[in-house]
Amino acid sequence: MAKLIDVSDLNIYYGDFLAVDSVNMTIEPRAVTALIGPSGCGKSTFLRSLNRMHEVIPGARVEGKVVMDGQDLYDKDVDPVAVRQHIGMVFQRPNPFPTMSIYENVAAGVRLNAKRMKKSDMDELVESSLRGANLWNEVKDRLDKPGMGLSGGQQQRLCIARAIAIRPSVLLMDEPCSALDPISTLAVEDLIGELKNEYTIVIVTHNMQQAARVSDQTGFFNLSGVGKPGQLVEMDSTSTIFSNPSQKATEDYISGRFG
Amino acid sequence: MTTTTGKSPREVLAAVDQPLSKAALPGWTPWALLAASVLVAVAVLLPGGTSIAAVAVLTAIVHLVLTGAVSRAKEGPRKAKDRVVTALVTIAFLLAMVPLVSVVWTVVSNGAARFDATFFTWSMQGVLGEGGGGLHAIWGTILVTLIATLISVPVGLLTAVYLVEYGGKSTLARAITFLVDVMTGIPSIVAGLFVAALFVILVGPGTKLGIMGSIALSVLMIPVVVRSTEEMLKLVPNDLREAAYALGVPKWRTIIKVVLRTSISGIATGITLAVARVAGETAPLLVTVGTTVATNFNPFEGRMATLPVYAYYSYTQPGVPPQPGIDRAWTAALVLIILVMALNLAARMISRFFSPKAGR
Ligand SMILES: Nc1ncnc2c1ncn2[C@@H]1O[C@H](COP(=O)(O)OP(=O)(O)OP(=O)(O)O)[C@@H](O)[C@H]1O
Ligand SMILES: [Mg+2]
Repeated sequence: MAKLIDVSDLNIYYGDFLAVDSVNMTIEPRAVTALIGPSGCGKSTFLRSLNRMHEVIPGARVEGKVVMDGQDLYDKDVDPVAVRQHIGMVFQRPNPFPTMSIYENVAAGVRLNAKRMKKSDMDELVESSLRGANLWNEVKDRLDKPGMGLSGGQQQRLCIARAIAIRPSVLLMDEPCSALDPISTLAVEDLIGELKNEYTIVIVTHNMQQAARVSDQTGFFNLSGVGKPGQLVEMDSTSTIFSNPSQKATEDYISGRFG
Repeated sequence: MTTTTGKSPREVLAAVDQPLSKAALPGWTPWALLAASVLVAVAVLLPGGTSIAAVAVLTAIVHLVLTGAVSRAKEGPRKAKDRVVTALVTIAFLLAMVPLVSVVWTVVSNGAARFDATFFTWSMQGVLGEGGGGLHAIWGTILVTLIATLISVPVGLLTAVYLVEYGGKSTLARAITFLVDVMTGIPSIVAGLFVAALFVILVGPGTKLGIMGSIALSVLMIPVVVRSTEEMLKLVPNDLREAAYALGVPKWRTIIKVVLRTSISGIATGITLAVARVAGETAPLLVTVGTTVATNFNPFEGRMATLPVYAYYSYTQPGVPPQPGIDRAWTAALVLIILVMALNLAARMISRFFSPKAGR
């Protein structure tokens, strides 16, 4: 079930260093939200704060609210582990578990949490997740082979399969195509198009065309200066951002007249 | 680039340009040179009467000089340096092999005499002079080392997990790291005396038990296990931890099922090597376990014989006539070496078996 996320006045710190300054944003359900902006402006940082992965880094902390379904994810009695079971994540670099087979990698979300599941149900879950990630046909004959034996693009889709196998409501993707060839990129983009029927998707990308192709909403992050925190400059529907942005900085960045 | 010479960078580079192919010595050259060096060394030393060691040293020196000269004349200075250094490295390797080979040779040739079925089926109970065996010492070593492992592995493993996964840069973690470093360096006799003193307080003076030896050995083993496990855990990429967290897996499960699972081969190898390391300890067992002539399976009651201590006493107090005792000492040493080698082989097998497999 896709969910709406409401972010208000979110400040994100690494120790004393304010990395991202007061973000206000509404992330629509059943839609793809793209985050763009120059390197180091805090896109990954912001993305990781949405499923409480940010605080995994020692000293990292967050102020403000991230509300999903009327529940503030940063409330004191919210368990970050439970949050991450609802909000899945795909990382920039593919990171399949090296000790596990393809099958076990997809099943990892269930197995690592020691949830009991019938073998037939598990087979079904693995197959549907791999199909969802557009990988089933390529790997169906060697599910018991190591996940590390796949190509980079296949590994990335394996990681997507692993992320959707826990049936999250929201899927966060941090530059999922940055290490992929155009064909795998296309496969992942098609996949994003399909997944948005069921999931809320947030994707960070450096590729303007990709943002324009896959997303419904686009948010532009920028640094107001060297050593200053990153900010959300503008957020609007993708067509508006790319054709008629209200901020000069956005227009400059998109048209490549930047830095 | 400087312009004082009036040359462009391209011209400067062209000046040092070298042809791609050069004169090279044929592949058998080093061997021919070595043969020549041996001849020279023998010819020089033979008149005055000589030893193998002297010939070897002179051969090495002559070989180095000859290689350098021949290669320099034929192939130029860079190749000559390469050949001389290669020869140096080979000599260093041979030098390092000398004690190893000679130890193995001495132990095997001296230990073979009593490496028979009797040695593995008999203890020393009621044996005077000929015959007798080391079964009681073999069992003692196995038991004492096994219990030491059972104590050290959980403590060492959990300490390493704490240091890497939880401790971070906290004062406690740094204090533990410091203490572990100190413990790595304590002499083994100190560990033995520490345990002996501890049991004087707990039980009474003069106590010698198998368990005391195990504790003394674990004092030596724990820091090694902590260190090697720590290094292995640090090698696990953070990406994998984050991948597990992002699937909603709690930290403790991530540590058990991802971090430890990924590094298990290295950890097991480290533990096996630590076991091999302490299995041959003599001093701490001498003061904590003592020795005896009969097989004793109870680590909490009475003394135990262990291979190193057995070898020590058989050699220093062989009895009359001395030869059977001395033979038994060498065989005990041989069995100990075989045990340690088996453990090292086991370590390799474990690491092969558990390591993550890539490829199809
Ligand atoms: N682990 C960390 N500890 C301290 N500072 C960090 C850490 N990770 C990122 N930062 C800082 O936070 C700021 C934002 O980094 P972030 O990785 O979010 O940028 P980004 O927008 O994702 O950049 P890119 O497009 O290059 O991936 C940067 O100034 C960076 O140096
Ligand atoms: Mg980033």
